[in-house]
Amino acid sequence: MLITQLKSKETIASLAAGKKVFIINCHGCKEVHFPEKEAIELQKELAADGNVTGSITTDYICNPENMKLRLEGHKSEIEAAEVVLVFSCGVGVQTIAEYFEDKKVCAACDTYPLPGFQGVTPLEYDCDQCGECYLNITGGICPITACSKSLVNGQCGGSKDGKCEVDGNMECGWERIYRRLAQLGRLDVLKCPTQIRNFATDDEVAK
Amino acid sequence: MKITELFERGEFVVSAEVGPPKGIHIEHLLEEAKTYLSDITAVNVTDNQSSVMRLGSLATCKALKDEGLTPIFQITCRDRNRIALQSDILSAAALGIENLLLLTGDHTKMGDHPQAKPVFDLDSVSLIHTVKKLEEGEDLGGNKLVGEPPKFAKGAVVSPCSDSVDAQLAKMERKVRAGADYFQTQAVYEPEKFIKFMEKAKQFGKPVQLGIVIPKSAGMAKFMNANVAGVHVPDEMIEELKKDKEKTKAGITGVEIAARIIKECKPYCQGVHIMALGWESKVPDLLKLAEI
Ligand code: SF4
Ligand code: SF4
Repeated sequence: MLITQLKSKETIASLAAGKKVFIINCHGCKEVHFPEKEAIELQKELAADGNVTGSITTDYICNPENMKLRLEGHKSEIEAAEVVLVFSCGVGVQTIAEYFEDKKVCAACDTYPLPGFQGVTPLEYDCDQCGECYLNITGGICPITACSKSLVNGQCGGSKDGKCEVDGNMECGWERIYRRLAQLGRLDVLKCPTQIRNFATDDEVAK
Repeated sequence: MKITELFERGEFVVSAEVGPPKGIHIEHLLEEAKTYLSDITAVNVTDNQSSVMRLGSLATCKALKDEGLTPIFQITCRDRNRIALQSDILSAAALGIENLLLLTGDHTKMGDHPQAKPVFDLDSVSLIHTVKKLEEGEDLGGNKLVGEPPKFAKGAVVSPCSDSVDAQLAKMERKVRAGADYFQTQAVYEPEKFIKFMEKAKQFGKPVQLGIVIPKSAGMAKFMNANVAGVHVPDEMIEELKKDKEKTKAGITGVEIAARIIKECKPYCQGVHIMALGWESKVPDLLKLAEI
């Protein structure tokens, strides 16, 4: 089981600030608890500013085939948007970020684990439910699962010929992130403040 | 003494690296350091280098300090969480150790205890940030330290000949913003690449020590090319090492190559850091030949 929680209002507002936004909601699979009400409230506020080009609500956004099919009908709305804001678990955001190679895709939720059975994680994307989704500063590639050391402040010195020091068959996650950010023209996000992970799962210490 | 004071005075800072033994007998290391390294500015002590368990860096630093040398305490994030890291850093200050080199560290899988849990609670950048906070009198949890806070020269590493050098520069910038005071580099065998790198790294305004590994043989060079990140020994150098086997075995060829690299790069950097890997005895010859 996992649970997604909205990022703070300020964070989401800053992601959307003054930009045209297309919104994707994933009500997910039965394994994910999605904060439906809160998301609707927040999206109403965003729409009030007149910057929302469109939105869809769907499920299984993590399945690329399914996603493409669902997004088909919204092509022009998506084209008109500068930012695609995704309300889903980390896997969903990564799937979409990969699909929209040149568009800024932002995660509006953090993903936490809940004890119990975890849903079947599909395909090549993985989310470790770290509770503090980093996808917005990593070009939509998860640094927790794509980097062997789960580094959040950039690559270690260990990659050789683009491969991770731990596993010669695995691409260095941070080199992928760097390339993606370069492609998106967003290398400036690497100038973000030093990130420090929060391993407290208890809600009260987590804040 | 903090090595940053020397950089500030415009001195060309020379340091060398020693690796603690697997065991408790430190006499040999101290003897070598006293004999060959007492004329240089500072001695780095590696922290379970390559994830191979050894005698501790902190204890070795203290022993070197007692012998009158200036140690640089290397600390990686592989084996300790933020509590243990901060505690060891305070311990260093209490023992009078003022120079740090702050690293992410190799993965546990690379070493002789591949089953160990890799920690990486922090990484090089957040560790630098943490030390800076300690210097400001507060720990990472936001709690006040009692009394005068510690002060360090906070070192970090960068890989100037890496094939993803722009990513390296971006990471270097993050380290500078987190509070890094000086840099030591990965081993350099391609001075042109290093010089190009320095042209870009100059903007950060932090002293950089050129990293040198004395090549011991053609085999070692090829090994590094295949296995060590950010290191490429050009073919001509490998040929040079092959040519006169006796001369290479005696260390003369390697010292000549290293001295040439230092001379070529010296105008562009603020110091040199020598990783002798057991060839500590060659360091004085190397420095003489490089005219330092
Ligand atoms: S950073 Fe990765 S592990 Fe953390 S919530 Fe996002 S996708 Fe999941
Ligand atoms: S080589 Fe890349 S993927 Fe591997 S641990 Fe280092 S930064 Fe992470």
